[in-house]
Amino acid sequence: MERITDLVKAGHLLVADGAWGTMLQSAGLKGGECPELWNAAHPDEVFAIAKSYVEAGANLIETNSFGGNRFKLAHYGLADRTIELNRAAAQISRNAAGDDRFVLGSIGPSGKLLLMEEVTPEGLYEAFREQAVALEAGGADALVIETMSDLEEALLAVKAAKENTRCEVLCTMTFEKTGEDSYHTIMGISPAEMVAALIQSGVDILGTNCGNGIQEMTGIVKEIRKADPFIPILVQANAGIPVYQEGKTVYPDTPETMASAVEALVLAGAQIIGGCCGTNPDHIRRIARVVESINKRKKVGEWT
Amino acid sequence: MEHLLEQIAHCIEFGKVNEAASYPPEMKGQPGADEWTLTALQQGFSPEDILQKGFIRGMDRVGEKFAAHQIFVPQMLLSAKAMTTAMRHLQPFFQSGEAKKRGTFVIGTVAGDLHEIGKNLAGMMIAGNGWDVIDLGKDVKTERFAETVRQHPGCAVGLSALLTTTMEHMADTVNALKKEFPGLRILVGGAPVNAAFCSEIGADFYAANPQTAVQYLKEISVQ
Repeated sequence: MERITDLVKAGHLLVADGAWGTMLQSAGLKGGECPELWNAAHPDEVFAIAKSYVEAGANLIETNSFGGNRFKLAHYGLADRTIELNRAAAQISRNAAGDDRFVLGSIGPSGKLLLMEEVTPEGLYEAFREQAVALEAGGADALVIETMSDLEEALLAVKAAKENTRCEVLCTMTFEKTGEDSYHTIMGISPAEMVAALIQSGVDILGTNCGNGIQEMTGIVKEIRKADPFIPILVQANAGIPVYQEGKTVYPDTPETMASAVEALVLAGAQIIGGCCGTNPDHIRRIARVVESINKRKKVGEWT
Repeated sequence: MEHLLEQIAHCIEFGKVNEAASYPPEMKGQPGADEWTLTALQQGFSPEDILQKGFIRGMDRVGEKFAAHQIFVPQMLLSAKAMTTAMRHLQPFFQSGEAKKRGTFVIGTVAGDLHEIGKNLAGMMIAGNGWDVIDLGKDVKTERFAETVRQHPGCAVGLSALLTTTMEHMADTVNALKKEFPGLRILVGGAPVNAAFCSEIGADFYAANPQTAVQYLKEISVQ
């Protein structure tokens, strides 16, 4: 199969999948339960989520392994099942994705702060290496290091993935608006700083996820594109900022709202678009429709 | 003589823990909050004054800069580390009753949520403002909160959530705590939380950042 970067550099826009956490919750995951344990305990439910994104038109399907590093699994007493649970996560998404879609092994933050010496750089590298290798063994084509806020942690994760697997490596950080045209992660990293540091580390695709909704993503993408004219850009936005209504957390952005923001994102430089918290296959289906129409217009030269 | 207390405030503001600390680079080799606090005690400053005019003044500036996005989590963590390191010298006075804490504050991240950076920052800022902070950690079930409140009558409680998926657990915890302790003040905070959510679930105060939590607690402790 071709690589994601080859497709993107040839001018194709791609669609990534949407949320897993909120989908697992609606499938019955309780608070205090380990989401990654579902890869072993409820593989059919996990498969159904992956499959629903395949059917919605996503080209890139993630894995249920966001919190699958040994530090987070240790909280549930599951650190010694790290390899098994990640491998299972990749296998499930591989089965759902088939051979003509990419499986993106999800790697989230460790939850430990280097700055406060809660973990050593070596310890972090080793944990990310372990997770990355297990995801590749389970069938992941690429690895997405996501929702990062600390640049040093992101760098270690990218390095661990590049040096120990043959997967393409994507990395997204989560920025919030900190002023007029100014965005930073909670650790104070700007999109331009992310680009400068991570491109050096050999990352294949960069981007942004989670955050304050798809409207805010355009400004972030512009800053990434300004910092580097070539790096492929991935965007996975939340379905807006959640509101609480009648005992339920509700995400305000409808599939239509999100789909209507896609053209602006693409014009700003985004090439792969999906969703994060609160998005579901309906959001991805609508986004995929817009992406498909832009791809068609590109083919006949009606898109600049 | 006020100069000494300003030194403490300055070290806390810029995250200078002690003389050995290499951060911030421009203060390398100079004494930090740790040494200045010892000196102040030796020179006869009262623990109350050191707390008020040293620690609290420094942490207030940190909180203001953080709220204005002039500094971010790393700088704030270093300030908090400077403060907690120096605070150890004051502990004996609080234990003997010579100096008084403002009250007890119980804090934790709600059930199902493993994120604690924001909670830790808020806890440290509040401790720096003279509260006895009991940190219950992350993924804290409602019953643990209730048990702790029972042991510390008159305390206030802070609940944190980072995940949008755990906001509902925050609502459940507030509901249960308010039922058992109707007069209990509950503060809520975290990335997905906002003022509307706070009032919807019946909590008392939404802390957009640690600084506003400190101010709210100051107001209720004066009453």
